[in-house]
Amino acid sequence: MDPEERLCADTWTKSSLGCESLNTPSNIRIFTDFNSQQQKWENSSFLVQQRFSDFNQPFGGQNSLSCNVNSQKQMSDPQDKPTCDAHESSNMQDWDPRAMLNNLSFLETKIHQLQDLVHLIVGRRGQVTGRPDQILVQQQQLITADLTSIIVQLISTAGSLLPSVTQTLSSESSISQLGQFAGVTNQSAGVSDNVPPHNNNVNKVEDHSDLTGYFGAEQNCPIEDHEMKSDDDDEGENLPPGSYEILQLEKEEILAPHTHFCTICGKGFKRDANLRMHMRGHGDEYKTPAALAKPNKESSSEPILIKSRCNTKKFSVIADLKTHEKHCGRDKWLCSCGTTFSRKDKLFGHIALFQGHTPAIPIEESKGSAGPSDRGQCSEATNKVEQLEFNYKLDAPSRSACQNVMDVEGLGGSYKLFLTFGF
Amino acid sequence: MKKQKLVPEPPNLSRFDLLSEEIVFIILDFLNENPLDKKAFSLVCRSFYAIESRHRKFLKPLRSEHLTKVLNRYPHVSTLDLSLCPRITDASLGVVSGSCKEMLRSINLSRSKFFSHVGLSNLALNCRNLVEIDLSNATELKDLAAAAIAEAKNLERLWLVRCKSITDIGIGCIAVGCRKLRLLSLKWCLGVGDLGVGLIAVKCKDMRSLDLSYLPITNKCLSQILELQNLEDLVLEGCFGIDDDSLTAHKLGCKSLETLDMSSCQNVSHVGLSSLTSAAGSLRQLILSYGSRVDLALADSLQKLSMLQSIKLDGCQVTCSGLKAIGNWCVSLTELSLSKCVGVTDEGLSSLVTKHKDLKKLDITCCRKITHVSLAHITNSCTSLVSLKMESCTFISAEAFVLIGQRCQLLEELDLTDNEIDDEGLKSISRCSRLSSLKLGICLNITDQGLIHIGLCCSKLKELDLYRSAGITDSSISAIARGCSGIEMINIAYCKFISDRSFMSLAKCPKLKTLESRGCPLITSLGLTAVAVGCKQLAKLDIKKCHSIDDAGMIPLAHFSQNLKQINLSYTSVTDVGLLSLASISCLQSMTVLHLEGLTPSGLAAALLACGGLTKVKLQASFKSSLPQLLFEHLEARGCTFQWREKIFRVELDPKCWKLQLADAE
Repeated sequence: MDPEERLCADTWTKSSLGCESLNTPSNIRIFTDFNSQQQKWENSSFLVQQRFSDFNQPFGGQNSLSCNVNSQKQMSDPQDKPTCDAHESSNMQDWDPRAMLNNLSFLETKIHQLQDLVHLIVGRRGQVTGRPDQILVQQQQLITADLTSIIVQLISTAGSLLPSVTQTLSSESSISQLGQFAGVTNQSAGVSDNVPPHNNNVNKVEDHSDLTGYFGAEQNCPIEDHEMKSDDDDEGENLPPGSYEILQLEKEEILAPHTHFCTICGKGFKRDANLRMHMRGHGDEYKTPAALAKPNKESSSEPILIKSRCNTKKFSVIADLKTHEKHCGRDKWLCSCGTTFSRKDKLFGHIALFQGHTPAIPIEESKGSAGPSDRGQCSEATNKVEQLEFNYKLDAPSRSACQNVMDVEGLGGSYKLFLTFGF
Repeated sequence: MKKQKLVPEPPNLSRFDLLSEEIVFIILDFLNENPLDKKAFSLVCRSFYAIESRHRKFLKPLRSEHLTKVLNRYPHVSTLDLSLCPRITDASLGVVSGSCKEMLRSINLSRSKFFSHVGLSNLALNCRNLVEIDLSNATELKDLAAAAIAEAKNLERLWLVRCKSITDIGIGCIAVGCRKLRLLSLKWCLGVGDLGVGLIAVKCKDMRSLDLSYLPITNKCLSQILELQNLEDLVLEGCFGIDDDSLTAHKLGCKSLETLDMSSCQNVSHVGLSSLTSAAGSLRQLILSYGSRVDLALADSLQKLSMLQSIKLDGCQVTCSGLKAIGNWCVSLTELSLSKCVGVTDEGLSSLVTKHKDLKKLDITCCRKITHVSLAHITNSCTSLVSLKMESCTFISAEAFVLIGQRCQLLEELDLTDNEIDDEGLKSISRCSRLSSLKLGICLNITDQGLIHIGLCCSKLKELDLYRSAGITDSSISAIARGCSGIEMINIAYCKFISDRSFMSLAKCPKLKTLESRGCPLITSLGLTAVAVGCKQLAKLDIKKCHSIDDAGMIPLAHFSQNLKQINLSYTSVTDVGLLSLASISCLQSMTVLHLEGLTPSGLAAALLACGGLTKVKLQASFKSSLPQLLFEHLEARGCTFQWREKIFRVELDPKCWKLQLADAE
């Protein structure tokens, strides 16, 4: 990695980290404020859809990633103001200027940090000698990512004026954590709320309907508020309920239940007709049902048997592969007792026979060296001619055998040690 | 919860205080249907919050960043499913082992990456009571990780599917360390051979269930495995190293074996099978899919299995005499699968089903030679059928389907995809009032007339597939939505007459989880909004090629569909704004975004950055170059994978084409 790039990345991480502390309380506050409205939203009626045709709000963010941040801010501000003016009557009790202030000051910090970063880059430009183009690109990328996050934040701040923001807060706080990693900031999720006409219409409708639900929400509000404060002050450990979600999914939802598989590429399909359509893409010879009915043999068998795990060698006859595998790999196979074996099957015979003995992993591997990882994988295919010296059955081992092992154990202290501390 | 709030409460005493915690726990046990219910409960007041925290045993977090806090809140969690957290580092596992300690009994890491043996070792040492670990798909893990697992001495169930870098040595460690293992899945662990598996058989005497699919094992370890006294379930799918010679050479015995899967074992014929099955007398289920030819000899070799209830012969070459011989077995099968078998004829199938009258499940998918004769015999003798799958039985005439409704009224699952069934048949099938899954994809002869009957009579329907059944319009979908309000999955892809009216009626089905409406050009954002508002459980949405859907549909979706997990937006009119708004759906994992004309690279970048939980994104390859590499690296580090497509826009084929191309082929 280019040292210059690393430096920048570090700075970046720091700046993101810095805003963490500022951001978290504001998140929580918004959550608290808008919690009461969440309940209302649950009940909102169908009237919503009719208003959607009105939606034609210009979106000021996405095309201006490279433009000046300040102008960006100005662009968005006028958007917000009319919104809250126009609907002040219906929104008054919901809007918390303090939360807004928090958000704005967060943005301010963020922009300052970006400014610092740009300063840094400007300052460093003189020192850089080699590969200036590449570094320039990287710097641009960094700033672009930063700007993106600011835009998203800005949109979400604008959105927080509107009552529906609570729904989105859960994802915001999680994203904030990721922000530490490389440049996504918090509250990037609230974008959806950037639709003033629609939201306010709903709000009006809501006020007339379902009063019980509304009161219920009111009742909860103070309790919830209190809860939040105690969390903040005492431990700061408990997550405010609602700032995360737990979702339970069934296993089959993850793994699509395909029943028809392509014999050539292995792709799965829900219907045979889709598979037939797919087969046309592979060429004419696969069009007949007879060709389709062939079981999926080759695709799975060949890689196992023919491909050798030693990167270089290839075998066309299985017997050759087996012979090779018998001798390939590490010279010595170790048991946790310290005994070494010249062959792997001997080691396994030994382990099968004695209680408490276990295969030892060679030290190079335990150190996590990047050496060839296939050293242990070479001799899986066993040969049938070979007879084990040890009896595989676990009849209680004779005492004399145990004694022998005890003797060896003294020598094997070092291996034991490694086994305990090596990983 | 709302009802309780209506009860007037005395000022200082909550009625809930009179209930003991155990009773509230029992109430909470019933609050399982929607994960948000428990959340709502915990939001009521401080004591409910505390009770819910103490009650929860199962946790499936959305983001690993919150693990510390979440685990602190829920001290009694015993099952931790991390399959929604693609990025789990050693530090995360450190948090888990530090907070859960002895409480933790089960952990699922099958969808997570970025952890190593260090984290696993930490877990095994701190969580002494772990009985279940799912480590599938950890292709990077090596023997050291296996050795770390071996420290979990109480482990009973372990999945290592696709752990390709683990070898015999690692499995040896597990065999020695985890003596209580009852279930072990080593599917696709290509580094494990006879020695490792043999040692498992020697050391883990409690083993009940063993999956050895696609391992390079031979008979040497098989004879050891079959000596396990408690083994009930053995999967040997695709074990090419096992052959007749070795099976017959040894005297095998496994009295406890109940389920045996030898699919794709191409080197095993009836000779090997007869020696294997003579030993396993208590076998109940046998799977021989994609294996050797099912003829007289094979059928006879299996005759001795006196307990057999279920046999699957999918994809095998089948002879008429073979099917007849199966019909002559003295056992009465309850389940038979002949899916994609070549050689199934009316004669063979008819004689088989007339003998096995107790069949509950029958799969004859793609048995293309059978006609109404077979269907008549099936419906005549197997009247207690619960599941009948007969996709692409194209020679069965339309009139024959009436028999299904007349005679098999216990059916719960019926797959008629790509068949000649018409409205009369559907009307008859509506008599199967227990029907919960009905697949009518590519049935070009059906119209609203028939489907309305299903809507009127099959109130238990949960799954309905109408893929490319082009004759369907809004009126039958409305009937379905009215009559089957418990519907969970519906596919109306390429039913081009479907409009917003259908979506508005589907909005009254609160349990709808999966909605697929590809290529329905009449559907607009208005209809989608209705669905978003009404179907709160919606988890999968496919609106590919619904050209009239735009950002106005995405915004309500982002508001209301907080359970949405997967979405396909290709070829819609959604732009940057709509895509960005989806970021507020916190559990959104998978997104397919191809051919969106209004999508700019920077809009896409913002959306990708804002969607914190994405694990899979399908994009046009052109975006790969127009966005900074650093962005993708960052997203991949979060655990998101990208699939690049370079599909060129193709004109939609005529629906009839789906039928014609088979006629072509034959």
